Amino acid sequence: MPRTTAIATRELSKTYKDVRALDNVSLELEPDRIYGLLGRNGAGKTTLMSILTGQNYADQGTAEIFGHAPFEHDPTLSRICFIRESQKYPDDFKVHQAFKSAALFFENWDEELAQDLVEAFALPTRRRIKKLSRGQLSAVGVIIGMASRADITFFDEPYLGLDAVARQIFYDRLVEDFAEYPRTIVLSSHLIDEVANLLEHVIVIDKGRIVIDSDAEELRGTAVTVTGEDAKVQEFIGSAQIIHRDALGALASVTIKAKLDSEQREQAKLMGLDLSPVSLQQLVVRSALSSTTETGIDERTEARK
Amino acid sequence: MIDDSKPIFLQIAELIENDIISGVLAEEAQVPSTNEFAAFYRINPATAAKGINRLVEDGLLYKKRGIGMFVTEGAPRRLREQRREKFQQQFITPLTAEASKLGIGLDELVAMIKTGSDS
Repeated sequence: MPRTTAIATRELSKTYKDVRALDNVSLELEPDRIYGLLGRNGAGKTTLMSILTGQNYADQGTAEIFGHAPFEHDPTLSRICFIRESQKYPDDFKVHQAFKSAALFFENWDEELAQDLVEAFALPTRRRIKKLSRGQLSAVGVIIGMASRADITFFDEPYLGLDAVARQIFYDRLVEDFAEYPRTIVLSSHLIDEVANLLEHVIVIDKGRIVIDSDAEELRGTAVTVTGEDAKVQEFIGSAQIIHRDALGALASVTIKAKLDSEQREQAKLMGLDLSPVSLQQLVVRSALSSTTETGIDERTEARK
Repeated sequence: MIDDSKPIFLQIAELIENDIISGVLAEEAQVPSTNEFAAFYRINPATAAKGINRLVEDGLLYKKRGIGMFVTEGAPRRLREQRREKFQQQFITPLTAEASKLGIGLDELVAMIKTGSDS
């Protein structure tokens, strides 16, 4: 059976005054996967998610959710849950009232899961939402996002104010629940190291443009950092594409785009060179930097010398 | 446990292989489900499934419909043979390279190995 596309955009562009928030974004997201939408603040992540959830519109291009434009299309909107970084709730709502209205809106709402998470986050449900701490407010969003079990759930930096323990609860519960109830999840985050292993696919956006759109597993091991005597490092890397370069006296540490086979690894060892893996976070940071300007990296390296 | 050096599904496959070789997972024993692996290692369930499927393709695990995944008879022996073949390249080559860098001769190296395996 052919899988329908969950999210499709074609040449999506959006400009605010003189800022190009989205620039020709074409994407296809398949259902039942966890996507990471990564990028710096202001890269265009929230704009993209707002358009995909019908809360904003594009200047150019198209966006479709399960084959429909989401803007003012209720049957589509009811399949989407969007948890914003600063999610707003009606002023005098108490926590349990927010859950109650979410339960009315989302037909797959799982009350048991919601209660379970309330306990895990030790959330006071009788308290007014505006009296909650920042972390508790984030927990409300996380719980609604998870318990809605919407076909597509967007989490836009959902962890503000949550400490490391609470964030781990979120990640663990997400993996657990996703395994049992697969659905499309788009997780926007700049805590990349924390979420890297949860992602099946990675989309990196920078200055409104897509700079990486790749299977997470394919990205792993595609770059390596070679450290050692400068001349030997040069000899070893040859003409490989350099992502980043650091130098300390006669020592060089160069990150290259390359998948090394065991023979090359052995050769590096014999040459006295150290090889170290490059994390998804480093790869994303480097990609975002190198898309900014080619010389940007060199200047930074020079400045550090 | 899981690092960035290579795809996670390969690392999951290796972790299970290690358990088969060491006997933690005996022949004909049931292995944890994909979702249990995903939850335990905090990884995407699709990635865990890919690692397990690789072992199924290699004939080291087999599926019993509706029940789960099991270790194939003879899997530990096969894995040990495979690992022996890689042993030279993975361990001996770097060992001798490091030894020669430090000026440790072959006889001295052999003596060190003997002392090490006695203790």
